Amino acid sequence: MFGWLIGRRGRHGFDLTDWMAFGFLGLGVFLMLGPVLWLVLSSFKTEAALQEYPPKFLPLAPIERMVEGFDQPLQMFTVTAGEHAGRELAQVRRIGLNAQMVDPANPSERLNVAISDREPLREFGIATENYTDVFSRFNFMLYFWNSTFITVVATILTVLFNSMAAFALAKYKFTGRNAVFVLIIATLMIPPTITLVPLFLVISEMGMVNSHWGVIWPAIATPTGVFLLRQYMLTIPDDLLDAARMDNASEWKVYWKIVLPLSAPALAVLVIFSVMWRWNEFLWPLIVLNRSEVFTLQLALNSFQGELQTSWSNLLAMTVLTLLPITIVFAFLQKYITQGIAQSGVK
Amino acid sequence: MLKTAAVQAYEGAFNLLERPMLALQKLFGQSRVAWVFLLPNLVIFGLFTFLPIILNFVFATTGGDRIILADRPFVGTEHFASLLDCESYFDPNSCHRDLFWRAVGNTGWFVLMQVGFMILFSLITALILNRDIVLRGFFRAVFFYPVLLSPVVVALIWKWILQRNGVLNAGLEGAGFGTINWLLEADWAFFWVVFVSIWCNMGFYVLILLAGLQSIPSDVYEAAEMDGTPRWRQLWRITLPLLMPTMLVVMVLSVIRAVQAFDEIYVLTGGGPGSATTLLIQYIYDVGFSTRPRLYGLAAAASLLMAGVLFVLTIIQLAATRKQSGDN
Repeated sequence: MFGWLIGRRGRHGFDLTDWMAFGFLGLGVFLMLGPVLWLVLSSFKTEAALQEYPPKFLPLAPIERMVEGFDQPLQMFTVTAGEHAGRELAQVRRIGLNAQMVDPANPSERLNVAISDREPLREFGIATENYTDVFSRFNFMLYFWNSTFITVVATILTVLFNSMAAFALAKYKFTGRNAVFVLIIATLMIPPTITLVPLFLVISEMGMVNSHWGVIWPAIATPTGVFLLRQYMLTIPDDLLDAARMDNASEWKVYWKIVLPLSAPALAVLVIFSVMWRWNEFLWPLIVLNRSEVFTLQLALNSFQGELQTSWSNLLAMTVLTLLPITIVFAFLQKYITQGIAQSGVK
Repeated sequence: MLKTAAVQAYEGAFNLLERPMLALQKLFGQSRVAWVFLLPNLVIFGLFTFLPIILNFVFATTGGDRIILADRPFVGTEHFASLLDCESYFDPNSCHRDLFWRAVGNTGWFVLMQVGFMILFSLITALILNRDIVLRGFFRAVFFYPVLLSPVVVALIWKWILQRNGVLNAGLEGAGFGTINWLLEADWAFFWVVFVSIWCNMGFYVLILLAGLQSIPSDVYEAAEMDGTPRWRQLWRITLPLLMPTMLVVMVLSVIRAVQAFDEIYVLTGGGPGSATTLLIQYIYDVGFSTRPRLYGLAAAASLLMAGVLFVLTIIQLAATRKQSGDN
């Protein structure tokens, strides 16, 4: 009954179990990518097209035209049946099941058309202004810069500090080594969500409320990073380090010129994790950063979606711009990311 | 060009730090130089992890709405008593802090549903991807992609789909069903919170389970095939038992994560309608940071109670991991 789950291809040709497997995967692809695709498609629609119900799949905007004697642009329809069939008319207003319409060529004459007898006229229109607005009216670059600053600085410091600690724990014998290691690993048990209140005290005592450093510093000493790098550095042979020491290399040189380059694969995994963590982080910045000029992208998105005045068209464009960097990174480093996660078991 | 710049920066950082590090090495001597390397990490750990843990107890036993400790009067176990003050723990209305117990109840349900269904779907997906299937890398990447998206983006993607005039309602209406205000009806909102949370976390567990499946040696299956063992029996008798250690790790890991769920839910529903999707972390955030007066003490006490639960779960996880590495 469940055998199809572990069937193997090539033995019986393309059989029923393969159909079921591909059916499941097809559904999975639809569910996983469909929503993202829908977001991207929607982000290119004009506000008028977004308000339309039921929504159209492609960014086909209803055509609107200025008609003499009216202040607002009127929506254009083609009449499909009835007395005026075949004409293209502009709608003035709806009255119950009828629409009062007007021919743009002859604006003085009002025509009555049943609403079931007309179809909106559409044109393929990509609303790039959704995106340009995000830059001109919503200060997107500021939030993008804030997020980038936090991500880059925190990642550099994370990799530096964690690798130094990992080096000490992996390559030196000293009293208290095991105690320190256990202490660091023990903090894995204390997720940051538990110490929100006291951490806020520490940050505010240091004057880092509404400062990016208030987000960066608490994030740097990741136990995961220390553990990951230590395990990797254990595999580097000690002879290599001793040979360098024979040549009078300082401990710093041993670390920087030998151990770090050799740990590159593990460092890359940590860099990817750190970028992901910091770029996507939400709860802690939400607590520390309260003024809009220091908001990260995630905070800005969250606050815009809470405001009633914000139009979906700009919000959708901003959402797409926020997921773009991570998507590009994933497209290029997909293999390394999935391998790194499968091997280390952290996220 | 970019590469030479990076190399130069790397060299520059080396030269910049070499002298002070050499001085420190001479100062401490070869035997204690390890502490120099440990120091930055330990200082940050101390300030931002260990110190807050101790302070958490101070906050939990003091009252008032001031963040500065000197301004906070000692109240003993008052916060814990008020949180635990219930006539019946199964009826939030009978509790002094009814919202807390609603959040506890919601979190319990959420963990049960989210972890249960997520592991089921992850397992099925991993099993299928473990077949010699074409485009395996592509499918794996597709399932993993939402894991990388930020919780805020995830929530907005689904909010856009689930909104009143959204594509889901349009589709349902087109198929002849009625429309539903998905995020404003308590039961549906809870369903979607669970669904979206599975959607954006599942790929991670698929990856871990797939790695577990691929570490099962293929000669076990070949031997079973030789004996004419039917496939469903291979699944029950070989695959699942051998996958058990990985499953255990996945289970505990996902439970620990689910207990702390906050981001995507907060953006998607804000905990509403009412308190239908308010989970523990949001309760702590609301009480401690978003509503005035800011009840830091209550928030700290609630986090300590949660920490206790997480502590037990982590012990189980460590035991499970040890068992797994012992088995290998």
